[in-house]
Order: sequence, then structure tokens, then C-alpha cells
Amino acid sequence: MFNVVNLASGYGQSAVIHDINLSVAKEEIVAVMGRNGMGKTTLFKTLMGILPVRGGSISIDGVELGAMESHQRVERGVAYVPQGRMIFPGMTVLENIQTGLSAQARGKVPDELYALFPVLYDMRGRKGGNLSGGQQQQLAIARALATNPRVLLLDEPTEGIQPSIIKDIARSLKEIRKIRALTIIVSEQVLSFTLEIADRFLVIDKGRFVYEDTRANVDAPTISKYLSV
Amino acid sequence: MSGAPIGFESTDHPVLAIEDLTVSFDGFKAVDGLNLYVQRNEVRVVIGPNGAGKTTVLDLICGKTHATSGSIRFNQHELTKMSEHEIVRAGVGRKFQTPSIYENLSVFENLEMSFPRGRKVLGALLFKRSPDVVERVETVAAEIFLQEHLYTQADLLSHGQKQWLEIGMLLMQEPELLMLDEPVAGMSVSEREKTAQLLGRISQGRSVVVIEHDMEFVKSIAHKVTVLHQGKILAEGSMEKVQNDPKVIDVYLGH
Repeated sequence: MFNVVNLASGYGQSAVIHDINLSVAKEEIVAVMGRNGMGKTTLFKTLMGILPVRGGSISIDGVELGAMESHQRVERGVAYVPQGRMIFPGMTVLENIQTGLSAQARGKVPDELYALFPVLYDMRGRKGGNLSGGQQQQLAIARALATNPRVLLLDEPTEGIQPSIIKDIARSLKEIRKIRALTIIVSEQVLSFTLEIADRFLVIDKGRFVYEDTRANVDAPTISKYLSV
Repeated sequence: MSGAPIGFESTDHPVLAIEDLTVSFDGFKAVDGLNLYVQRNEVRVVIGPNGAGKTTVLDLICGKTHATSGSIRFNQHELTKMSEHEIVRAGVGRKFQTPSIYENLSVFENLEMSFPRGRKVLGALLFKRSPDVVERVETVAAEIFLQEHLYTQADLLSHGQKQWLEIGMLLMQEPELLMLDEPVAGMSVSEREKTAQLLGRISQGRSVVVIEHDMEFVKSIAHKVTVLHQGKILAEGSMEKVQNDPKVIDVYLGH
């Protein structure tokens, strides 16, 4: 279980997220929806240790992560696919994935990663920067999965990506969460993708969660209203 | 996203006529025998998988890349024989994927410096902020939803507002053909809706060519969609027709 209790964070003098409470189970996919500037990326950066926690706690199965450095959180099982992908453009696809493997001191790329993203096997010798946007996104997800995480954070993974690859990514995520009993938290401002994969929906507005519902009861018009103010 | 695109009246004389256009890079044909016709008042959206040649087509039209063979006629001009700045002066404006505006200048100043009179050295030196310039800046600012932000420094604008400002800088030059590469990437839902309205409005009296992956957005703006694949046209027609084309589903939309 990934637990976030009363989390607060921000930049300089501005408090950006407040009183964030979130519990996500194994094999669960949670969508965090919100407009630009509402705190999605700040939340993820705080969960990942890129921004310091200003209040509250973050834990995996009872182990407190809030005071740990980013790399320690990776070792404990948190992985992050940042917005804009941030793959290493000058390194090959294989080398990009190996940076993830090093976190777990494993040498070989697990077959299941290439099974999930066959295109990465075909392109393993190519420079990351020469991949298309959609392929880079798949690489960024594979690199994160190579750290063998228990919790995967994805920040707006569908931005600027062609429809067929968005569908491929949705399928891969649904598959991997079962294989690995993985917890996935995905932020988006486009509903269609999250309606495809998420078990639960949250809306973040001005740094607070203002809506929550399960897949069965999700009220898409209400979420859309928050997204299109 | 709501609202169907505003209709356009086609004429027999396309504003832009691309015929048999080919460009090869080291033997690889990025664009391969392409024929494409765009009418006045039309919003044309070009979609297709990465590497299909979409951006290369825009590069060819604006003179950034030179054709190996074929022709690009724009009104009376043969663009393949012209340099980039001549193509701009002939009335072609292009917006790249990331906003390229002057971040430390105000919205007003960004628009003002795009006014065509200041384009040549002498014109720039003798440029005056005359009433017609101010009026034009204000008109364009209203069009791009920035009338309240005329004196805001551009780096304080949101990502979407920066994209609009760059579209405004192109509008200052009153282009007859406007080309936009992924204009709504990274925009919020409401910014996307406003951009769709904006493109519908500015296509009146000119032609607009857009590259975009966001299908909801494409649906809301496109009069006609061209699907490129491996440098060739895979399908062309209404959004509905293209969306149901099995070849397009295979290579681009997915199953």
C-alpha cells in the first residue's frame, strides 16, 4: 500500500499543494486529473523527492519515504516518468533502460520489458533522441519499470503522442500492473486515456483534491467541468 | 470539445497547389510524389505517424528544406524557387511546435515588432508607433484572447497564451497561408477549445494548415483531413471518412 497523508509542498514562498491524502493499493491505477498549474507535477515531484516535503508523510508498506533522497525512494520502489519524458537523447535505447536497471544492480533487461514494448527491442541500438515522441514515452516507461518499482508515477504520458501509441501504452500499463502487482498513479488533463485505464479518479484543483470516485461511479461531465474552467 | 468546424466555400483555384513533390535525404524519400491542394477559407489538418513526412511538408512549403523535384504553387508564386524570407513576404506564415516569442518583451511589443513595415533595415530604423500600428496590435490582441494582457511581459503568460501570442505575431503580417505545427500540445482543455475557435475565425479569408495528434481537437477544426504515411497520402477527406478507413486505423489511430 502506497500512503500519502496530509502532504504539503511548494516552491519558495508559495505553497502549491495542501493536505493531500491518498492511499493506493497494489494493482490499482489511480488517475489524478487537473488543469495546468493545479499541482499535478508538484505532487509527483514531492512524492519522488525532487521537491522537499513541507508537511505530512509518504510511505510504502509502512516505510516512511518523506525524508529520503530521490535515489533512496527509487530503491524502495518508487519510479517516475516525468512530463516531457526526459529520456537521455545521446544514449542508446538499451543504455537508457540500463540506467534504470542499475538502481537494482541487475545487468540484463528483463524479457517482459521488451515483450511489453517490442519497438524498443527493434530500436535498442538507436540513440534515444532519434526516436519519435511516442517511442520515447515507451522508453521512459520501460526505463522506470527497469528499476522494478512497486509504485509507478506517470506525469501526462499522452501529451503529443499519436492515438495508436496511446492505445498501446494503455494496454501495456494494464498488463504490467497485473504481472508486477504494480500501483500506478497517472496525471492527465485529457480524460479519454484515463477512462481507459484508471480504477479510481481524483481531481486536483489549486493543490487540493476536490473530487474522488471509482471507475464504476465516475462522473465524467463533472471531471470535464473541472478541466475546462 | 464541442462545435463542428465552420464551413468553407471551395473554389476551383486552390491557394496552395502541391504537385508531384518529392524530397529525398540520402536516398530516403521523406516526401514521395505528393499532391495536395488547399482552398481559401479552409482549415486542413495533416495527421499521420511520426516520420510520415508531416513536418517535412511544412519545411518544404516555407523554404526551410529544398524539394528534390515537383512544384509548390502558392497563388502566382512557385515557392520551390524562392528563399525563406521571400516566401514569408509572399504571404506564408509558420508556427513551430514550441513557442518562439521574445520573453522579456511585452505582448504589445511582441506584436508590434511583427508589423510588416518594420521588416527591412530602413523600415525598422524609421519605424514609428503610429495610430494604425497601435490599432492593428489591439485588434490582433483581442483576436488571440490577450487584450487584457497587452502590457504583460511575455514570460509571465501561460503556455497556451504564449502559443496564442505567436499565432498573433503571424497574424500581424496578414498571411494568406498559415501553418501551425501541433498548436495545442500541452494546452489545457479550455485553451484547446479557444484555439479551435481562433482557428475557425482566422481561416476566414485565408488558408490554414495544421499538424496535430489530438483527435478531439482535429475533429473540432478540420474541414478536410490528409493522412500521410511514408511520405505519401494514405487517405484524404472528411474526419469521419478518414477515421473509419482501415488503413488509417492500422498505421495511426490504432485498434
